[in-house]
Amino acid sequence: MINKLVGSDAEAVSDIFDGATVMIGGFGEAGSPIELIHRLIDLGSKNLTVVSNNTGSGNVGIAALIANRQVRKMICSFPRSTNSVVFPELYRAGEIELELVPQGTLAERIRAGGAGIPAFYTPSSVNTPLAEGKEQREFNGQTYVLEYGIKADFSLVKCQSADRYGNLTYNKTARNFSPIMCTAADITIVQAKYMVEAGEIDPETVVTPGIFVNRVVEITDPAHESILVASGERYPR
Amino acid sequence: MNTTERVGWSRIEMAQKAALDIPDGSYVNLGIGMPELIADHVPPGIEVIYHTENGLLGMGPVPEPGQEDVELINAGKKYVTAIKGACFFHHADSFTMIRGGHLDISILGALQVCEKGDLANWSTGKPGAIPAVGGAMDLVAGVKNVWVITDHNTKDGQFKLVNNCSFPLTGKGVVDRVYTNLAIIEITEEGLKVREMAPGITFEYLQEKTEPKLIQ
Repeated sequence: MINKLVGSDAEAVSDIFDGATVMIGGFGEAGSPIELIHRLIDLGSKNLTVVSNNTGSGNVGIAALIANRQVRKMICSFPRSTNSVVFPELYRAGEIELELVPQGTLAERIRAGGAGIPAFYTPSSVNTPLAEGKEQREFNGQTYVLEYGIKADFSLVKCQSADRYGNLTYNKTARNFSPIMCTAADITIVQAKYMVEAGEIDPETVVTPGIFVNRVVEITDPAHESILVASGERYPR
Repeated sequence: MNTTERVGWSRIEMAQKAALDIPDGSYVNLGIGMPELIADHVPPGIEVIYHTENGLLGMGPVPEPGQEDVELINAGKKYVTAIKGACFFHHADSFTMIRGGHLDISILGALQVCEKGDLANWSTGKPGAIPAVGGAMDLVAGVKNVWVITDHNTKDGQFKLVNNCSFPLTGKGVVDRVYTNLAIIEITEEGLKVREMAPGITFEYLQEKTEPKLIQ
């Protein structure tokens, strides 16, 4: 459908199935689509592989999704932060799998996945434990390691403004992984702070072209992770 | 001597030393922790653009209290500001800047640096530790000049400048220069060359605190 607007956040995520690979935008709390994640918790899909830079903080958002035992495996670059307790506990107990990826390699694997590039060579991680067991090759006298593109069944993303075509803009450093995640999923689901009329976003300033977006739901007053964590919120309550 | 007693330069003085070495017009990425202090000490008249890998070129100082924006943060997830003329971009573009050799200087913290310039700064490899790498491996692989700013020894007096890193590597042969509380040391083909020592530090004392043989 060309009109990407859907009626509710619950409807937007309703077909995320058990075992799906789900990319979740955000770097720390900036750009984390908390409402979509919480609807995924309501839905209860299990054995998910989640691709996201971090593993959340406190007991809301991604951390709550992990605490609800819906995530089998995390693919991320930095699975700990100041208020991160859920992932470390489960990881130490051997109850969640971790694929640790250098941040730039994670970004490029997502970009490649969305761009129809199955694999690429990168200099990052050569001579480190993260390159062990991976194919290596020399180009112009320098060693590179083979990394594979990642594709997802679903991407969950937060943006600033969206129109009915799914054209998106973002806010400051809340952009981070979201534009590339939009390209790499079969179904990209977006929560927008503002739904605007077609034409209100200057075509020169569209960051994510609507072709990469499948569903948009308006969440006008999104929760902020740090505020929820500071007030001791848990989800589900 | 009590190993916890601070000798040589203070953290601020270390940051000042590193800041003085940044050429005018540089694009610089500052790592989390002590490297962040450097931005406050760049001399007037020197124009430097700060990159933070979560998608901002033109990072400014910390905001005034009450002006924090949860969607304007740095790689350490701390609130920052954007200078006039700053720009935002997505992660693939951000690491194109890093890996593609477009940044001039990356300044990082370290657990260990070896005399060949190997860096270990992401994991102690201890059982139960949560491994987290972030963008460090991309920075050392792609940025033209990699500097380390760190205390010369660990809190319990262990070497941080070592013959060989015992912790998992971030990159091999990547560090160009180290700023510590005791000295500024260049990593050269011949080995670790002392460029400057903190006031009151003798070469013999510095050598005692450093595992590889130093060049004066």
